[in-house]
Amino acid sequence: MTAKSLLTVRGLAITAAGRAITTGTNLEIARGETIAIVGESGSGKSLTAKAIARLLPPGVSATGQVSYDGIDLLALPEREMQQIRGRRLSLMLQDPFTMLNPLMKSGLHIAEMLRDRPEFRDRAALNGEVARRLTEVGITDPDVAERMPFQLSGGMSQRIALAAALARDPELLIADEPSTALDVTTQAEIIKLLKRVQQSRGMGLVLITHNLRLAFSTCDRIYVLYAGSLLEVGSARAVEADPFHPYTLGLLLSEPPADKRVPKLIAIRGKVPRADEVAGRCAFADRCDWTKDACRAAAPALAELAPGRLTACIRRREIAAEMQALRGSALAAASPSAAPDSATRPIVRAASLVKDFAGRAGRVVQALKGVSIEVRPGESVGLVGESGSGKTTLGRILVGLETPTSGRIDIGGFDASDFSAMTSAERAATRRIIQMVFQDPYSTLNPRHSVRRSLTEAIGTIGRFPRSEIDARIAELLREVGLPEYYAERRPSSLSGGERQRVAIARALSVKPKILVCDEPVSALDVSVQAQILNLFKRLKLELGLSYLFITHDLAVVRQIAERIYVLYLGEVVEHGSAEDVISRPQHPYTKRLIDSIPR
Amino acid sequence: MMRSGMARLILMRLAIAVPLLLIISFGVFSLVHLAPGDPVRALLGTRPSDPETLATLRARYHLDDPFIVQYGKWLGQVLQGDLGRSINGNRLVLSSIKERAGVTIYLCLISTVIVLVAGILLGMLAAFRRGGRLDRFVVMFGVFGISSPAFVTGIFLLYVFGVVLGWFPTFGAGRGFLDRFWHLTLPSLALALSIMAIVVKITRASMIEVMDRDYVAFARARGMSAARITFAYILRNALIPVVTAGGLIVIGFLANAIYVEVTFALPGLGSLIVDAVQRRDIPLIQGTTLVFALFVVIINLVVDIIYTMIDPRIRFGKVAS
Repeated sequence: MTAKSLLTVRGLAITAAGRAITTGTNLEIARGETIAIVGESGSGKSLTAKAIARLLPPGVSATGQVSYDGIDLLALPEREMQQIRGRRLSLMLQDPFTMLNPLMKSGLHIAEMLRDRPEFRDRAALNGEVARRLTEVGITDPDVAERMPFQLSGGMSQRIALAAALARDPELLIADEPSTALDVTTQAEIIKLLKRVQQSRGMGLVLITHNLRLAFSTCDRIYVLYAGSLLEVGSARAVEADPFHPYTLGLLLSEPPADKRVPKLIAIRGKVPRADEVAGRCAFADRCDWTKDACRAAAPALAELAPGRLTACIRRREIAAEMQALRGSALAAASPSAAPDSATRPIVRAASLVKDFAGRAGRVVQALKGVSIEVRPGESVGLVGESGSGKTTLGRILVGLETPTSGRIDIGGFDASDFSAMTSAERAATRRIIQMVFQDPYSTLNPRHSVRRSLTEAIGTIGRFPRSEIDARIAELLREVGLPEYYAERRPSSLSGGERQRVAIARALSVKPKILVCDEPVSALDVSVQAQILNLFKRLKLELGLSYLFITHDLAVVRQIAERIYVLYLGEVVEHGSAEDVISRPQHPYTKRLIDSIPR
Repeated sequence: MMRSGMARLILMRLAIAVPLLLIISFGVFSLVHLAPGDPVRALLGTRPSDPETLATLRARYHLDDPFIVQYGKWLGQVLQGDLGRSINGNRLVLSSIKERAGVTIYLCLISTVIVLVAGILLGMLAAFRRGGRLDRFVVMFGVFGISSPAFVTGIFLLYVFGVVLGWFPTFGAGRGFLDRFWHLTLPSLALALSIMAIVVKITRASMIEVMDRDYVAFARARGMSAARITFAYILRNALIPVVTAGGLIVIGFLANAIYVEVTFALPGLGSLIVDAVQRRDIPLIQGTTLVFALFVVIINLVVDIIYTMIDPRIRFGKVAS
């Protein structure tokens, strides 16, 4: 696009074991420019980054042209490529906890990149330079250089990694989901830091992310990648104002807004396909509302519809008005959250819960410091907090997976402070009231059991039923969570993440509970699938009169589901009130920080 | 913090080692009473059973005291370095052991060097050439090594290099450093081959695992040199499981040294223990067994210390992530 392009990628196609992962991606980035590659899991965005840096894992290969400042990177011998990496382009990976050598002091990661320069032969000069580099990434305490990676927090590790990636002053940094593994407030800090460093150095930045909002707020230009194909390219501002491709629009609409509550999120149906499943046609055709036969006839090419705006949708001109109308209606729809009926008796009431864990060297770690919450019948309550807030511990205590050190719990009239002290009849009755849905649908289902077996087992916990009754109940459960009946015979390995979470929800519902404790139930899912599951929760609440305790770090998610919110910080409830009040008029500084860190 | 952590770790390991040694010594002492028949007969061996000798034996081993007192007295003597006298030849057990230990230590040292250098090197090469011809050869060699006992490998080496080719002597330990090295080459190879397979296997598997780690990819993404990545990133992390297995490897050495010394007719501790068992020389069995046990405990302690030095996560008191 600009004359002085730094990196030009032409027709980059990645294949693994004969299967296509991406099909002919074109990218362009100028010096000092920031671009985003946005995509969900399986879009090929991370492998594209690795292909550019020539770091593909064994068995994965790339063809096409990657031209960096006039050098053809794909044709370069490995020895010369090694000179390019770090010095001219650097790559940061996603997980800060695995990116640093666990046996090396954090400062050495930076020092080892600098010490072959003659001016840093001297030890004192080298240490001084490391300290200077740490300051650049916001670490003012020089002691951090002496610490081992496992002694650092996620945000701190990510800063060290950034300083290490930048130690040889590259002109281009590729950052692969640099904030995804971090807490919400830390995420915002890291992104701000990346942006600041990028601007002060005048460096090119490729941000790889699944988060469109983040891309809009940080980058100049956006590349939307889906199942290995680029679907849309354009400036952040233009794409945000008027997405040209139905997928981009779908992604935007699927993302729950934090500032208002919508009756129903507009979800993209189905699941993310693999690139080789959709070869030779529009990759998004199966999930698109505007598909015509022409979309499936051939793979549509990116076409420039406006200066700098490219889309792979061949029907864009015909459907532009409809797309805009859909966006408009989605933005307008907002309903106030129903006021909780304070007269009814709470179904779950926890008072002054304290939970101590034995820490290192005999120290006691207090996960909960006297937390009181209540949930009334038919009410959805959000429990918002970051890692270390104690939110997961609280959830586990309520369903009896942990026993509180002190405090009282009342569940539907039973004293559930200590599950092990209850009679087995009381325990069974309590479990019919409260059930749990876990975060990771990949690890909560037994991989060797079919869906039918998992559900039969769950139904069996409340009594013996004849075969026909169990089968009827399974069919009903699957219908409730929106899965076809024949899914009963499937095993988890043949299900997508969203489908697994549906099965996990069906399993929790099998005993007809009155309240579900949901621990981050959508955070492991793709954005387009998240909206489906959130809609499912909303529908189940209406149909079955369920209550929820929704444990999450994501304020936007909680805004869509909960009427009331508790904000948990370091084991204490620092703020609670109606969702409306807490999000629109936060009182506690921590809540304010949480809300400020939502990208917009 | 580092120093005190290390001191605490050593103290803790010692605290475990001492009771362990006590239990072993108790088992060793019980041998006298476990042997069929009267303990005096067992201790008598082939000596004439006149009342005078019997009385001396009863006094020497405190056989008229209660069992636990006997053990206490025996333990006291052992702690003073008195392991008693052998039944055959009436020699001090300790001096027999001293005389024989040299060969065994020499043998184990050469084997250790072979195992560590060649084993780790082969494991690395196999991991770097994963799936290639060299890798397949090394894996196959590993299967052979693990499945053939040291005395079989020993006999094979003896036949090929000792008898057919005549490059190496077929028995004896030799005198002087070089002559001894020449005499011990085949035995240490036989000893090393069976153990080396384990080291190769562990090194290869752990290298392959580490090479896929994010920090290796990140090091490459920063343009670190191949040598730096191989040694500071891959090898150092990959060696942790190898060191952990070090204790097992040493125990394997000692067990196999017995076979190898017999096969090559070497006058070492292994053949000493075999002789002692064949002649039912109980004091000698007790002495050699105790020395072996002490050796295993010490080596395990050393392995733990090395492990702590390689992996700082242990030193800082964090056991698992």
